Amino acid sequence: MTQVKMTVNGKPASGEVEGRTLLASFLRENLNLTGTHIGCDTSQCGACVVHVDGEAVKACTMLAVEAEGADVKTIESVANADGSLSVIQQAFQDHHGLQCGFCTPGMVMSASALLKDNPKPTEDEVRHYLDGNICRCTGYHNIVKAIMAASGQDVSALAAE
Amino acid sequence: MYNFDVEKPTSIADAVAALGREEAQPISGGQTLIPTLKARLAMPSVLVSLRGIAEMQGISTDGQGRLCIGGGTLHAVVAKEAAAQYPALAGLAARIGDPAVRNRGTIGGSVANNDPSACYPSAVLASGATVVTNAREIAADDFFEGMFATALEEGEIVTEVKFPIPEKAHYEKFIQPASRFPLVAVFVAKFADGVRVAVTGASENGVFRWTDAEDALSSNFDAGAIEGLTVDGGGMISDLHGSGDYRAHLVGVMTKRAVAALT
Repeated sequence: MTQVKMTVNGKPASGEVEGRTLLASFLRENLNLTGTHIGCDTSQCGACVVHVDGEAVKACTMLAVEAEGADVKTIESVANADGSLSVIQQAFQDHHGLQCGFCTPGMVMSASALLKDNPKPTEDEVRHYLDGNICRCTGYHNIVKAIMAASGQDVSALAAE
Repeated sequence: MYNFDVEKPTSIADAVAALGREEAQPISGGQTLIPTLKARLAMPSVLVSLRGIAEMQGISTDGQGRLCIGGGTLHAVVAKEAAAQYPALAGLAARIGDPAVRNRGTIGGSVANNDPSACYPSAVLASGATVVTNAREIAADDFFEGMFATALEEGEIVTEVKFPIPEKAHYEKFIQPASRFPLVAVFVAKFADGVRVAVTGASENGVFRWTDAEDALSSNFDAGAIEGLTVDGGGMISDLHGSGDYRAHLVGVMTKRAVAALT
């Protein structure tokens, strides 16, 4: 077992892990931050996307020991301090950007990474960026719409709900 | 996953020393290796992480005008920082996997693994790049030896790749929609002294040069120059995504599209 220390959602976090412990497992099982979902075993679904040192990564495809010293942000850090939804979360609610909700944490974390680098993406850019996030309800149109709306763009002409 | 120890050296020398341990294996971005470990297809006792090695990071230009990319450089970094000097290479890096994969995966890992459907090996081979390791420099033509096989010795790591920059180049990829890997992709690089064409995703022997197309394009750089040339479907990968003959056909189509994009 190895001791790891990192900053998670602005607070120091530490724990004992095995070499094989994934960052996703550390977040979920050691820190009880179960908003980070594990949807596949093949690094394809993106339900586990978190930010490590500001960049979107798949927490199921990174070892916890590799996050030593890193600044990690999960879906639990996204809402505003008063508990109200963030702009992106609110847009997902307003535009029905979720059905079962399983993929939503990863979608929101990917969306916020995209909007940080590209505050006014085109619809094509949003779709390209979400390549690694799978929604098995196939609610992509409304997810794209929600992200476009969160970026402050007019979405009335986008594909129907 | 079976359990393993993880070592995190901060220099190439320390990494090489750590790889001398029994059943040790290097891990770079881990975007292929971690899924492989999850499937219990590998059982290292020690993983030696190459991520903390500063001397393997970043992009520079050498005295011969080559673009030198550290083995630990992320796809996302190549996509951004190589765009001005070698846009075809940056464009390839910008379309590997998905954004989260590009924030972890590295060029050294991709080249060393030599997946028969990986993107980078085609750019390395078509550019006539040089693969630098902790021990030596290896020409791309001598580096790739078949599916998941390279000239790397046990414990040898890719520390840098040096790319001569062609006059123009283009990477054309036909994506296998489930995995996002190329079903077939072709990298065409036009240099002053000739054209190089490298194909990934197609052959059972991994990345290869299509020399008939290179000869035709070197004398006439036009998509029409390869009209009538064919690749034998015999040695091509045949699976549920496409037969060998289908892949062989795609090699021609992707090459024509790549050339058409440049003319």
